Amino acid sequence: MRVLNSLQNRRTILAILVIGTCALAPIAAGILDQPYYINLFSRLMIWAIAAISLNLILGYGGMISFGHSLYLGIGAYTVGIFAYYDIYNFYLQLVTAVAVAAFIALIFGGISLRTRGVYFIMITMALTQMVYFLSISIEEYGSDDGLIIYDRSDFGTDLISMDNPVQRYYLIFLVMIACLYFSHRLIRSRFGYVIRGTKSNETRMEVLGYSTFRYRLVCFILAGVMCALGGVLSANVEKFVSPDIMHWTRSGELIFMVVLGGMASILGPVTGALVFWLLSEFFSRITEHWHLIFGPFLILVVLLSPRGIDGLLSIKRSGNE
Amino acid sequence: MEWALLIEQTLNGIQFGMLLFLLAAGLTLTFGIMDLVNLAHGSMYMLGAFVGATIFLWTGSFILAILLAVPLVAGIGIVVEVSTLRTLYQRHHLDQVLATFGLILFFNELVQVVWPLDGLSVPFPDYLNFTVPLLFGIEYSVYRLMIIGAGIVVAIGMYILVAKTRLGMLIRAGAADRTMIYALGTNIRLLFTLVFGLGTALGALAGILMAPILGANSGMGEQIIIIAFVVIVIGGIGSVRGSLIAALITGLIDTLGRSFLDVLLAFFIPVNAAEAAAPAISSMLIYIFMTCVLFFKPQGLFGSQTR
Repeated sequence: MRVLNSLQNRRTILAILVIGTCALAPIAAGILDQPYYINLFSRLMIWAIAAISLNLILGYGGMISFGHSLYLGIGAYTVGIFAYYDIYNFYLQLVTAVAVAAFIALIFGGISLRTRGVYFIMITMALTQMVYFLSISIEEYGSDDGLIIYDRSDFGTDLISMDNPVQRYYLIFLVMIACLYFSHRLIRSRFGYVIRGTKSNETRMEVLGYSTFRYRLVCFILAGVMCALGGVLSANVEKFVSPDIMHWTRSGELIFMVVLGGMASILGPVTGALVFWLLSEFFSRITEHWHLIFGPFLILVVLLSPRGIDGLLSIKRSGNE
Repeated sequence: MEWALLIEQTLNGIQFGMLLFLLAAGLTLTFGIMDLVNLAHGSMYMLGAFVGATIFLWTGSFILAILLAVPLVAGIGIVVEVSTLRTLYQRHHLDQVLATFGLILFFNELVQVVWPLDGLSVPFPDYLNFTVPLLFGIEYSVYRLMIIGAGIVVAIGMYILVAKTRLGMLIRAGAADRTMIYALGTNIRLLFTLVFGLGTALGALAGILMAPILGANSGMGEQIIIIAFVVIVIGGIGSVRGSLIAALITGLIDTLGRSFLDVLLAFFIPVNAAEAAAPAISSMLIYIFMTCVLFFKPQGLFGSQTR
């Protein structure tokens, strides 16, 4: 049992559990004859991708963005609008989604990163709300009824197809793993140290000669692009996109996933997304008004365990942190 | 005819601005003094609308509804402050955002359980349900004029409270240096609870006043609270004067934009294109305005440079 006590080992066990669950979910779904679970876990991993990207700016960079669902919307709407014009080429959709997300993140980040603290929270929220209302007011693209996507993205090869749920699942799984690996490498790079440095003491970083604004902006753009990948995948799972994907409560849920899993831990957002889904599933079994339980639960998590599940892991047996 | 419409929409804009001011004043006070980001302020607006509408429908008296619902909702706000928010003052903004997000989910669901799912529709009180003639033969709703009047009364009341009374002195001192007034022996907990109750009362009042116009619905709080955030960001967080001016500008831009943007655009681009683009652009106008203000003044129009 001594092995279990060490923090590193507990983290490893959790990582194996979480990643293993995601890797094996389609097989379990096959054995249990519940194909419904494949799409459910696909959705969950898309949430996880969005949360991983938010963790880059929120957890490591200390930028409290309350509008991150915008980039999910950009990815999903790119696929949706291309599909509206009968263009299903995956590579074209992907490149466009990345370019648009990067451009919007450059503009919005450039505006909001000029401000600090509570201004930043409210501006990111307001800018996302602006695009949300824009998507509602454009009737050509379905306004608030959304867009139905008749065909999924086409890879131009017979080897892999988005229409095969299992292939689609493992594609999403691979993207999620790639995002985890990318954020792992990024955070341990020189760039990552600068970003973490600006979170803990911005003035010091500026005195050291770093242009903190530029570093933050690049980080903001990277997070936006990564989240847009999740949006592209989401449109392919749902075959549907509506303004709801950008609703501000989505951004709130994303923040909660990051905080629940443990801010500034690589795997935290994935754990957070998984536990978030388990909780919502559990609470909604008790009552259809599950927000009545979930709201106070969220407050309790904030009050009692601000460092999330990752923080709980690092509490020693004696109870000291 | 065009002038009549312009004046009518300008009055509507001022009325919307006054409503935003009632909400923004409470938000900006709680932020300025307690450094608390309270997303759940919109929930108090919603509760004000529901509780007020229920009392009004029961008793038939709109004045009684205001007199009862405002203290009732302020009481709920104080309970929330004492039980939950008080522990968050020293915490990071992120924790405050998440906890108050939890409150929103809770209250939105609560009103769906207690009241009918599709909300309540509320009649205008009889004695205010008529129009008065203004210039150019315009008939304007007395009820909406009453809301403008209520906004002016609250604005004057807030000015007197903040600038002339002892409580206002503590509020200003608290906004300037929290630790110092605590060290000087002020009961800061009581002060915070009082200010929070006051802000909640203003939010609830806004809710009741809007109930006959918009009805009472679950989720009505967030639609307006995000605009109220835009207002206090433009005005400068913590400044009541800033929130009044920003609320009026925002109300006018939003209302006039929705009515006249297509006409305005038609001067520059073909009429068809103008009519297609106007709804999309007018829904973004206030956010574009906020962006422009922040580009030149990142602290808002009347914000302090220190925060």
